[in-house]
Amino acid sequence: MNTSRRRTGAVVGILALSFIGAACSSSSSTKDTTAVTTADTSVAEETTTTVAGLDYSKLSGSLVASGATFPKSFYDEAIANLATTAPDLTVEYGGGGSGKGRSDLQEKVVDFAGTDGVVKAEDIAKFTGGEFVYVPTVIAPITLSYNLPGVDTLQLSPATIAGIYQLTITNWNDAAIAADNPGVTLPDQAIVAARRADGSGTTENFTKFLKAAVGPDAGGTWALGSGSTVEWPAGTQAGDGNSGVAQLVKSTTGAIGYVDLSDAKANGLTVALVKNKAGKFVAPTLEAASAAAEGATINDDLTYFLGWADGDAAYPIAAQTWIIAYTTQADPAKAEAIRGFLTYLLNDGQALAATIDFAPLPESLRLKAIENIAKIGA
Amino acid sequence: MAVTLDDLKGNKQLADRTFRGATLMGGTAIAVILGLISWTIASKSSLAFRTEGLSFFTERRWAPADDVFGALSFIYGTAVTALIAVVLAVPVSLGIALFTTHVAPSWLKRPLVAMTDLVAVVPSVVFGLWGIIFLAPKLVPVFTKLSSWSDGIPILGSIFGKASAGRTFMTAGLILALMIIPIITSISREVILTCPPTDSDGALALGATRWEMITGAVLTHSAGGIVGAVMLGLGRAMGETIAAALVIGSSPAITANLFSSGDSLPSVIAFEWGEATSDTKRSALIAMGLTLFLMTLLVNFIANYVVNRAMKRMRGES
Repeated sequence: MNTSRRRTGAVVGILALSFIGAACSSSSSTKDTTAVTTADTSVAEETTTTVAGLDYSKLSGSLVASGATFPKSFYDEAIANLATTAPDLTVEYGGGGSGKGRSDLQEKVVDFAGTDGVVKAEDIAKFTGGEFVYVPTVIAPITLSYNLPGVDTLQLSPATIAGIYQLTITNWNDAAIAADNPGVTLPDQAIVAARRADGSGTTENFTKFLKAAVGPDAGGTWALGSGSTVEWPAGTQAGDGNSGVAQLVKSTTGAIGYVDLSDAKANGLTVALVKNKAGKFVAPTLEAASAAAEGATINDDLTYFLGWADGDAAYPIAAQTWIIAYTTQADPAKAEAIRGFLTYLLNDGQALAATIDFAPLPESLRLKAIENIAKIGA
Repeated sequence: MAVTLDDLKGNKQLADRTFRGATLMGGTAIAVILGLISWTIASKSSLAFRTEGLSFFTERRWAPADDVFGALSFIYGTAVTALIAVVLAVPVSLGIALFTTHVAPSWLKRPLVAMTDLVAVVPSVVFGLWGIIFLAPKLVPVFTKLSSWSDGIPILGSIFGKASAGRTFMTAGLILALMIIPIITSISREVILTCPPTDSDGALALGATRWEMITGAVLTHSAGGIVGAVMLGLGRAMGETIAAALVIGSSPAITANLFSSGDSLPSVIAFEWGEATSDTKRSALIAMGLTLFLMTLLVNFIANYVVNRAMKRMRGES
């Protein structure tokens, strides 16, 4: 049942991709699609011409970047692919975490930075290069992966997840889990709640989802707040990085952990369906993440939060990520190179994303992101 | 003022002066570097001490979201894992050292010494990964058994409490013990070898057994040096970052139960630095570095004191 769902999902995904491809190949079709209605039509026309006029092979120079590790495999893949068409351009994305990326950009040691979180208002003044823009690049669902032999399908509501991570639900045969899974026989097995040992954007997105869904403001039981590290109760198990949590889940019977989709897949983990805001249980697929992005409220500066989004098909725990860069670059050639790389990410790169378990941006957001790229100048 | 090789050959005074200058530079460099490090750590951690005050050392809660930064549970974790490591490593190290100096047949001595030294060159991350992938899962049933045996026995029952997982104080202590065995062994060996043969031969000639010779002559002679070796090992265990970080469990806790997950100072610094964006949190993490620095200094001072006293007593006796 799971595989068939996945397969249909894949077909939908391919259709969506070809749709995006068609949308950016000609300006006339862009105007007709419903997806762009939110964007200003004249702008859409302008951006498509920019894209058409951009010759990647003329890009040159070397760009250095650091930041979020969650999209790193996507950026690395895009860099490797771009290298074949733009041999004179070298891009190095160092990873190190969103926090490192932001402080590196503040001190101007990198040309652009990847971040999974928005810059806090009090930190904006620290950016010594002046104004900067957010360019959303890609999204991905955060799975709840579990290791429970005999249980192939598992549905979890946010309240149950909050209970598991606050250790109020400690056994798989708990009544709350049974209520989410009618007809499923749950074993008498202790739950091991696995989480990140290191400060992480994944933890931030996961806890933000719980806070939005079942936090005190929503009248729920989640009391740990949100952040890149929270005060986990003693008794939860910690792993280093997404791969560390995946490894913990894989090696521990009864374990459950929040892991990004590509690491969950790489480790062959079983993933749970999570109840969304519309009350539907949704599997963590790329399409469901894109659906969440369609339901999310996008701010003027293109910051947004994907978790607990509206929409029947939206998966409620998804991670968003941005590249941030200064709008005023000292060197025009460098500005051109940054624009070129980011444009590649939002065009050819989007098709590449799905091959390595990242979801492309919904069309409306993609067009707005291309607008933001144009703001980077010298 | 260029100095050529000919100058050096012809002018012995110049050679002497150059040598003096070079060593002086090395000597002062270390003092300057240490001074600069201490100054930077102290100044960067001042924000944390200003906002948290002394409660930084006494508060057990570490809750960056609520701006509460307490290092107590990390200090506790560092001390407990280092102590476990020393308790486990010392008998083994002394055993190896005595075996290779007094017991082993001569053809076995060399390979044994080489093997102990080889353990020292294994990178710590390898120990950590081995711990996390192999050792930790294997330890769970051992911990569970130990805790059920000792259940109900006072003290033992609480030290060997309920085991929830394989990543615990004890696991970290075991890994650290493995890592400090080479250092304690090789220093103890060197110290034991300095025991004058007249002492040990004399003891044997007086009719002492090998055991009596070792306890009576060898160990009394080298006690100070061995304590120094143990203290060096303790310092290394406290400062070890990645191996401990991987297997300690990263759940701050203060409990007598050694089978509980915990966290240590270097581990939390390594894991949380990357996403520490608020000034207070960064400062609090640096303050933990300072705390660790002070703890290792304290251990070194105690070691010095113990070694000196042992030396004095020995001289007084002889």
